Formats: sequence, C-alpha cells, structure tokens
Amino acid sequence: MSWWQLLQDPNTQWVLAGCILLGISSGVLGSFAFLRGRSLMGDALAHAALPGVCLAYLLSGSKSIGLFLLGAAAAGLLASYAISMISKHSRIKEDSALAIVLSVFFGLGIVLLTYIQHSDQGNQSGLDKFLFGQAASLVGSDVTAMIVVSAVLLLITTLLYKEFKLLVFDGSFGRGLGYPMGFLDGLLMLMLLLAVVIGLQAVGVVLVAAMLIAPAVTARYWTNKLGVMVVLSGCFGALSGSLGTLFSTTMENLPTGPLIVLAATCFFLFSLVFSPKRGILVRLLQFLKLRQKVLHDDVLLALYERMEADIEQNPSTLRNGCSVEVLAEKAGKRAGSVQQALTSLSRQGLVEPVEHPAAGTLWTFTAAGLKKAYELALNQRLWDLYLMNEQQYQSFSIDIHQENLAEQLSPTLLEEMMRQLESYNLTPKLTVSHMAGGSLLAGRQGGVS
Amino acid sequence: MNSLWIILTGSLVAASCGLLGCFLILRRMAMLGDAISHAVLPGIVIAFLWSGSRDTLPMLLGAGTLGLITVLLVQLLHQNGVKSDAAIGITFTSLFSVGVILVSLYTQQVDLDLDCVLYGEIAYVPWDTWEWNGMDMGPRAVWGLSGVFLLSLLLIGLFYKQFKVCAFDPAMAAAVGIPVMLFHYLLMGLVSLTTVASFESVGAILVVAMLVVPGATAYLLTDKLHVMLILSMAIGVISSVFGYGLAAWLDSSIAGAMTTVAGALFLLAFLLSPRYGVVVKAWHRRATKLERGSTNAG
Repeated sequence: MSWWQLLQDPNTQWVLAGCILLGISSGVLGSFAFLRGRSLMGDALAHAALPGVCLAYLLSGSKSIGLFLLGAAAAGLLASYAISMISKHSRIKEDSALAIVLSVFFGLGIVLLTYIQHSDQGNQSGLDKFLFGQAASLVGSDVTAMIVVSAVLLLITTLLYKEFKLLVFDGSFGRGLGYPMGFLDGLLMLMLLLAVVIGLQAVGVVLVAAMLIAPAVTARYWTNKLGVMVVLSGCFGALSGSLGTLFSTTMENLPTGPLIVLAATCFFLFSLVFSPKRGILVRLLQFLKLRQKVLHDDVLLALYERMEADIEQNPSTLRNGCSVEVLAEKAGKRAGSVQQALTSLSRQGLVEPVEHPAAGTLWTFTAAGLKKAYELALNQRLWDLYLMNEQQYQSFSIDIHQENLAEQLSPTLLEEMMRQLESYNLTPKLTVSHMAGGSLLAGRQGGVS
Repeated sequence: MNSLWIILTGSLVAASCGLLGCFLILRRMAMLGDAISHAVLPGIVIAFLWSGSRDTLPMLLGAGTLGLITVLLVQLLHQNGVKSDAAIGITFTSLFSVGVILVSLYTQQVDLDLDCVLYGEIAYVPWDTWEWNGMDMGPRAVWGLSGVFLLSLLLIGLFYKQFKVCAFDPAMAAAVGIPVMLFHYLLMGLVSLTTVASFESVGAILVVAMLVVPGATAYLLTDKLHVMLILSMAIGVISSVFGYGLAAWLDSSIAGAMTTVAGALFLLAFLLSPRYGVVVKAWHRRATKLERGSTNAG
C-alpha cells in the first residue's frame, strides 16, 4: 500500500527512473569491461572525474550539470590516457598505474575542492555531492540527460555488438581481419567513461565502480554466452537500482547509493553460492560425489587385488573375503570410511558380508561386484601400461582426461595392449569364471573350503 | 609549532606507507591497498559504536580486523573463480557501503564526518593531544603513527630477506621453505594498521596515494630493493613538506596537496629518471640513431 503511494510521488519516480537507467547502462558496459579485465578502470575514472568537475566550476563559475559532466569526461579521458602511457612506457605495471592515477587525480580534486570552498564563492555547495552521490536530489533535467546518454550508449553497443565481442575475446584475431581494434578499444573506454559520469551523481565517486563490476560478475555466473550475459547484467543492474531506491525511500536516514551497491552485492553472493553450473554449492556437491566415487573404486580395487593375490598364491585355498582393517591398510584409507563405503556398496549389491568364525565379518564380491571390479582393475592397468609406453601409443588420439581408457581403444589396439599386459603379468586374473566355477560361491556357506 | 606537528604527522604517514607500498608494488597488489583503505570504514564505525570513544586502540583493532577480512574475502572470491580485479572491486565497494550505511544509521552516536573519511583533516591533528599524568605529550596521531611506523620498520628489518624473496619470487620462497602466506598476511596486517593509523589525518584515498606513488617513483629510480625502500620514504617525506607549503599557499586541503606534490614528483621521475625516464630513453634512442647514421655515412 505504502509502496504504491511512494511510486505515485513524482520525485520518487524520477529517482527510480534515474537509478534504473544507471543500472542498465553500467551493467551492459560493465560486462564488456569485466571480460576485458578492466573492472577497476571504472573506479579510477570515477575518482579522476573530481578535478574535472572542480575545474569546470572554477572556469565557468556556474553549477551547470552539463558543464560538470563535460569536465568529468575530459578529466576521465586524460586519466585513461595517463594510465595507458604509464603502463606502456615504464616498468610500472597496470595495477600500480591505476592506483597512482586514481589517487593523484583525486588528491588534485580535493585540493581544488577545498580551494573553492575556502575562497568563499557562495554557491559552491553542490560540488561535494559528487563524492558520495545524492540520488534523492535527482530531478527531471538530470534524468533527461541520463536517458539521452544511456540511450546513446545502448544504441552504440547494439550496433557494434559483434565488433565489441571480437575485441573482448580475441583482439589480435580482429586486427587480423582488418577491424580497427585500437579505435574500438578507445570507443569502449569512452563509453565506459560516460557510464561512470552519469553514475557519479547518483551513487558517488567511490561506489560507482561497484555498479560496473557487480552486475557483470553476477551475470557471468548464469551463462556462457556474451549476449545473454550482457542482457542479464543490465537486468541485474536495473533490479539493484530499483531495490536500493525503494529501500532508501521507505526508511529514514538511509543513503541510496550504498543501498544500491548492497543490493547488487546480494545478487552476486546469491549467484556465487547457488548458480547451477559454477556455484559453490553445486561444486561442493560434485566434489563430495567424486570423493565418494573414488573411495568406492579404491575399496573395490583393494578387495580385488587382495583376492587376486590370494588366488594366485594358492588357488586351492581361496580365502572368502577380507576384513575391513586389511582393506583399509591396502587402500590407504581410514577404517571408518572403508566400512562406510562397504555398507553403501553392499546396498548397491556389489559386495556382501560373510560371517567367519575366526576372523569376524569378512567382505566378498557379488557376481555384479566382481564384474565391476574386474573392469576397474583392467582399466587401471591399461592406463598404467599406456603411461609407461606413452610414446608407443602417441599416434592414437587418447584423451588422458577421460576416465575410461578401454572404451577409447579400437579392438585391434585393445588386443595388442592385452597381449602386452600379459607379458608384464598384469592381466587381471580374478574373473567372473572363478565365481561360476564355484570357488567363491563355496565360501558363502561359511568356513574355509 | 603547529605546522611542525602537521609536517611531522604527514612525514610519518608518508614514511610508513612508503615502506610498505614498495612491497605492494612489487607484488602487483597496489589496488589491494586501495581496497583495504576503503574497507576499513565499517571496522572503524563498529569499533566506535562499541567502545563509544575515539580511542586509538579499539579503532586500530577494528580496522585491522576488517583489513584482514578484506584480504581473506578477496582471496576466497579469487579461489572461487572470480577474476582478482573484480574480486577486489566487489569486496571493497560492498564493505564501504556497509560503512556508509552504518554511519548514516547511527549518525547521532557517530561523530565521524564522511568527508573526513575520504580526505581526512590533518589540520586538526595538533589539537587532539594525548595527556599522560597531566602532562601534555603532544598530538595523539603522532604517537599512534610513530608506533605503527616503528612496528613496520622492526618487522621488515627482522624479516627483510624473507619479505624480499616473497616480493620477487613467491614460488621460490615457497620452495626454500619460507611460509609465503604468513608473510603475505603479515604485510597485509601492517598495511591495514598503517591505513587506519593514517586514516584520521589523511583519509582513505590519500593513504592509497602515499602507499603507491612514492614507491612507484622510487621504482623508476633504482633497481635495488633497499635503495628503493629508502628513496620511497624520502620521497614521501619530501612530498609532505612541500605539500604543506602548497596547501598553506593555496589555503586548501593539506593531505590533497601532499598527494599532488607526490604526483608531480612521480611525473618528474617518469619523464627524467636517469635509467627509465621517457625523455631520457627517447634521447638515447635518438643519439644511437644519429651515431648509426654517421657511421653509415662514413
């Protein structure tokens, strides 16, 4: 109810419109800056705008918003030129160059600002609102200027979308195709600068950088396509802008700019945790799943190798399983986790416990488990063989990042590798035929056969 | 006498920042200094609300903690696949917003001026004095800054070798058994302490200037780390002395003027440094060209 009343207020409408526009344009341009590795450039440009604003006031003596924006843009251009000059022509790296230009320009701006304030020129009071921004003071003419600038920015982005895409992902390829990459880079910088300048009034010098970074990073979590990312980033920017404005109008004493930034940060944190492909939660689950799988495989392999060694030493007196402790030692895991793995494997029907009068509970394979363990052992030994004689198999395109090797081999190659395994005496000896032969099954009745 | 105190404060800020800034530049973490100096704001406000006074110790603790949290958060985000510059940008802007919101919410209790947070007011330093046993011991900021400066000097002096190896080749440092992460956090802890000690007098952004600009100027003038450290501190002190003069002349912010002078010195070194200056390099190139031209002609 009260929200609806608030929205009826023309002043709130202007502020809301301004903040949404700011969110869209900085979100869209921010995603290009982010992909170009220039996220902090916005911060430097914003700080550098201060001396420009002060100089514009000193020279003109009037508080015209257009002149301020012009001054800010000029100072920002100079700053971005200085940053590229410093990192190009000296041994100073780009991050230091950014910090130098940012702080020196801002220091100069502070000197000019205090000089103006102390020289009693009467109507200077609006200047320091650029420091922290005052979204609440946005009026019709400001918003009109913002609409024009954002529309131009969005139009250029749409028209040059392909070119910018090329610039962001593979600039040298673009140069090879004959596109003027230097010009496009400069244009992108100029557009970034414009987005920063229109944001200054609303959120202020320090926080305008957040509007460029946070929506872009957030959008990156949800997609791998540039087009989707740019649109999403604009939406996140607009959403943060409107949420921040609405919260600050409902409560006393809450500044708009920081609230917008906090809203954007909340979107970011949510995506960081819950994003379906790259979120922390999903990756944690994947990690746990993988760890579980590795543990299961290790336990199966340990049991297999143990029983294989037994059958090799003494085919007649086949032991009917292994105790948890033996398996833990063989696999190099803690007994507790081995026990847990065995329980879950037996639920899958791969192993089963056998009560032994002397040794307590022993574990052995079911038919399906033995088949699976045989495949695991074969795969592991094929990999060993492959890695031992990598040069010999180089001509076959084997993807070493895949888990399964046997599937990647042609029948003839598999046969050859099996022969070689035989010569190393590495062929898995324990097969399902042992089970069919009854030597394992006999053990199920309990007692040593 | 007041001018002397102000210049002394400025010089102490410049010297302690200059000392630590060299390592930040060498490790390519200049913007991390920027992030820390902004992000300590909520720490200061919380310490202020909690202790109810402007005592130096709670503030140092609060801001120091926030500084380390910033470093941790940046590292955490980076490990989770956020580009490091974006991680820095998100962390410090959100923490700074929290600080600004806290200040606005508790505006009655908090006697902190937001402008002051950004560009400080070094001119008030001489009046905020510290009394001990009824004796006037001089400005409090000078004591705090001297303490932090001596601590940094002591730690860097003691572990100079380790810091040096970590700055130039962290991989090698790890290989020879130096606890790289420990020294990383030690350095960051010192940066946060220095930031907050300098905070009241020069403000958040000018701390960044003092952290980076003198160090970068020194980096253009020498190839040796110990010379760079000494030069960086000296340049910082020179900027604060001349900055005070400039501010007195223009009747403007002292801290801003100090930064401006530091920037001018950097520009000078950028153009005229004997080995890396742009003008000097161009001159050499021209001389070589002429020489080659004359030998070709001959």
